[in-house]
Amino acid sequence: MRHLLSTRDLDRASAIRLLDVAEDMAQTADRAVRTLPALRDKTVVNLFFEDSTRTRLSFEAAAKRLSANVITFSAKGSSVSKGESLKDTAQTLLAMGADAIIVRHHDSGAAHRLANAGWIDAAIINAGDGTHEHPTQALLDAFTIRQRRFGTETRGRGLDGLRVAIVGDILHSRVARSNVWLLHLLGAEVHLVAPRTLLPTRVATWPVTVHKHLDEALALAPDAVMMLRIQTERMRDAYFPNAREYGREWGLTAERFARLGPDTMVMHPGPMNRGLEISSSAADSSGSTVLAQVTNGVFIRMAVLYLLVAGADESATGVNG
Amino acid sequence: MAARTVLHDADIARALRRIGHEILESRRGDGRLVLLGIPTRGVTLAERIHRLIEEIEPGVSEVGALDITLYRDDLARTPTRAPAPTRIPAGGIDGAIVVLVDDVLYSGRTIRAALDAIVAHGRPRAVRLAVLVDRGHRELPIRADFVGKNLPSATSERVSVRLSEVDGVEEVTIEP
Repeated sequence: MRHLLSTRDLDRASAIRLLDVAEDMAQTADRAVRTLPALRDKTVVNLFFEDSTRTRLSFEAAAKRLSANVITFSAKGSSVSKGESLKDTAQTLLAMGADAIIVRHHDSGAAHRLANAGWIDAAIINAGDGTHEHPTQALLDAFTIRQRRFGTETRGRGLDGLRVAIVGDILHSRVARSNVWLLHLLGAEVHLVAPRTLLPTRVATWPVTVHKHLDEALALAPDAVMMLRIQTERMRDAYFPNAREYGREWGLTAERFARLGPDTMVMHPGPMNRGLEISSSAADSSGSTVLAQVTNGVFIRMAVLYLLVAGADESATGVNG
Repeated sequence: MAARTVLHDADIARALRRIGHEILESRRGDGRLVLLGIPTRGVTLAERIHRLIEEIEPGVSEVGALDITLYRDDLARTPTRAPAPTRIPAGGIDGAIVVLVDDVLYSGRTIRAALDAIVAHGRPRAVRLAVLVDRGHRELPIRADFVGKNLPSATSERVSVRLSEVDGVEEVTIEP
């Protein structure tokens, strides 16, 4: 694995290996000294063309826990046209000796372009590109589900037979896309719930079952219900009549939450709109994995950075220890 | 030329029993003993030595595993390896006598990494090293306290430890 651009590029074995390495990283969290020397002298650049506090902090924490040098490049507000600015920036980073670039960009495919245009020889990690993909979020979600379901017996396992419902704005959600491919790859059964206006037209070709009504999906007793954030900035585009109606139809209300089984995981990538897509009783319940997702995000990103940056190229000759 | 067997199963058993006794003697009656095996075969050896010590003096030793992958100094020179699990006994290692257990002592770099890994887990009273085979060729000022067999070797030769739990056979071989 050279870059992490999309969960679609992963095969089952490499996805499980990544989750297993994240378990190893999680194990280091309770050590007296938590900082690992694995990325000492490596330079990791956070290149964010779009606001993101959580993801950026999570990557930064992960890189620092591995002893990497971290540079944060907030490119937001640049007026240069997109292609040029990306190329110029890449060359600047090359000159700085970046070993890995974590990129978030408002354009779908930006990470892919950075990885494949031949501008720079660094590992590229997609931290969200437009409405396309956000692979580390999907990996941390899968990690969280696996950990909740299998406790200490997670290693080597997929999510075979588990049922996951993803609810909300599928159309604009890179989190949903990355999750669909990854959860399917790991053997889970994926259900999508959204108003018709918030489903992409290509959804018919995805390995999922689509439901118009949330109650219909909840009646299937899913192992996990993943609520997506309603991006209130998109309200005016009239994808649905108003917030209150959205909450009533597709929100995990207190009443709906009360009907879920005691083992059902309630997931949310954050930040939550309490009272809109998720009620406080659901968000703060023992089934809620919201805080675990944040914690696990650091472990997943440590695993990704370790696997992509620590070693020599797979083609390099091995030396025995 | 084919591989030559330098230790058979009975030799390995005898060597481990002697190491177990030596570890107990060196303890001089005080302090917890924590045996930490270095994956993969060091863990198996540590568990065997632990069982032997249990037979002689029950309750004085605990056993675990210490993965050193993330502390290696050659990470950037080799393809990425996935770490193996670390298991530290519940009481931790603070104040304990930690005995690192590995199958072969060679350059000493694994042990250097292990010392870093230990520091990340706590501050033992002392750290000792037990190995089944010492084949020489140290690159660092490191030596073993308990050695099953000193095996002079050329760097071109290959020393392999195979244990029944891991490999299905029990032997130490050297091949050119």
